[in-house]
Amino acid sequence: MTIGLGHYLTVAAVLFTMGILGIFLNRKNVIVILMCVELMLLAVNINLVAFSVFQGNIVGQIFAMLVLTVAAAEAAIGLAILVVYFRNRGTIEVEDINAMKG
Amino acid sequence: MILQALAFYVFAAITVASAAMVVVSRNPVYSVLFLILAFFNAAGLFLLIGAEFIAMILVIVYVGAVAVLFLFVVMMLDINLTQLREGFLDYFPVGALIGAVLFAELLLGVGIIGAGSATIAGLNEHGAQVTAIDNTRAIGRVLYTQYFYLFQVAGLVLLVAMIGAIVLTLRSRPGVRRQKAGEQINRTKEQSITVVKVPTRGGV
Repeated sequence: MTIGLGHYLTVAAVLFTMGILGIFLNRKNVIVILMCVELMLLAVNINLVAFSVFQGNIVGQIFAMLVLTVAAAEAAIGLAILVVYFRNRGTIEVEDINAMKG
Repeated sequence: MILQALAFYVFAAITVASAAMVVVSRNPVYSVLFLILAFFNAAGLFLLIGAEFIAMILVIVYVGAVAVLFLFVVMMLDINLTQLREGFLDYFPVGALIGAVLFAELLLGVGIIGAGSATIAGLNEHGAQVTAIDNTRAIGRVLYTQYFYLFQVAGLVLLVAMIGAIVLTLRSRPGVRRQKAGEQINRTKEQSITVVKVPTRGGV
C-alpha cells in the first residue's frame, strides 16, 4: 500500500492526456486551450518533482521551478495577445485567426 | 502509511476529476475555478512526497497569479458561449483516439520505469541523510550556486514577458488629455504671460 514512483507518473500521464484531449475538444475557445496547456505543464511538473524526490536529487525541483516560470510568462503573453485580438475582432474564435496566412 | 496512501488517492482523484471538468465545463469561468482546484490538489500531492517549496510556489504562482489572470480575462471579455461550444463533439473521435494512443504509450513507459522503482517507504530508509536538511534549504543551496545563471535567465524571461504584455495591451487613444510634466516645468514667464498696457476707457 506504499505510494511509489509509478503512482505519481500515472497521475501525471492522466493529466497530460486530459490536456491533449481538452485541446482537441475545445478547438474554438482559446482560453480553454491555454488552460489545457497549463494542465499539461502541471503534469510535467509532477513528473519532474516525482523523479526528483524518488531519486534523491534536488535538481528536478529546480527544473520544475523553471517550468513554472515559463508557464507564468506564457500565460501572461498568451492572454495579452488574446485581449488585443478580442479588441480588434470582437471574438476569440481560433478558426478566424488566419490573418497572417499568405 | 495507510493514511498517506489514502491522502494520495484523494488528492489524485480530485486533481484528475477537476482536470476533466476544466475540459468539459460549459462556462470558461467554471473551467478556471476547476483549474484552481486542480492546482491546489497538485500542491497537496507535492506536499505528500516532501516537496514543500514547490507546493507553496505552485499555490502562490499558479493559483495566486496565473489562475487569477485567467479569471480576469475570462470575465473581462464578452464571449459568446454558445458560439464557442459549436462543434464540441465533432473533434471528439480524433481527440479520443490520439489521447488513447498517447495514454497507452505513457502507461507503457510508466510500467517499465515503475517496475523497479523506489517507494516512499524505501526512500525514507536509505535517504535519511538526504532529508536531513529541509527542502527549501536544499533548493536554495543548489539554485543560488550551481544554477545561478539559470535563475537569472528565469528572471529575464519574466521581465520580457512583463514588457511584452504591457507593449501588447497598451493603446494610445485619441482625444485623451494627458499631463505633460516636462512641458509644464519648462514654461518660462515670457511664454506664459503677456503684460498688456490697457488704455484708459479703451478696453483690451
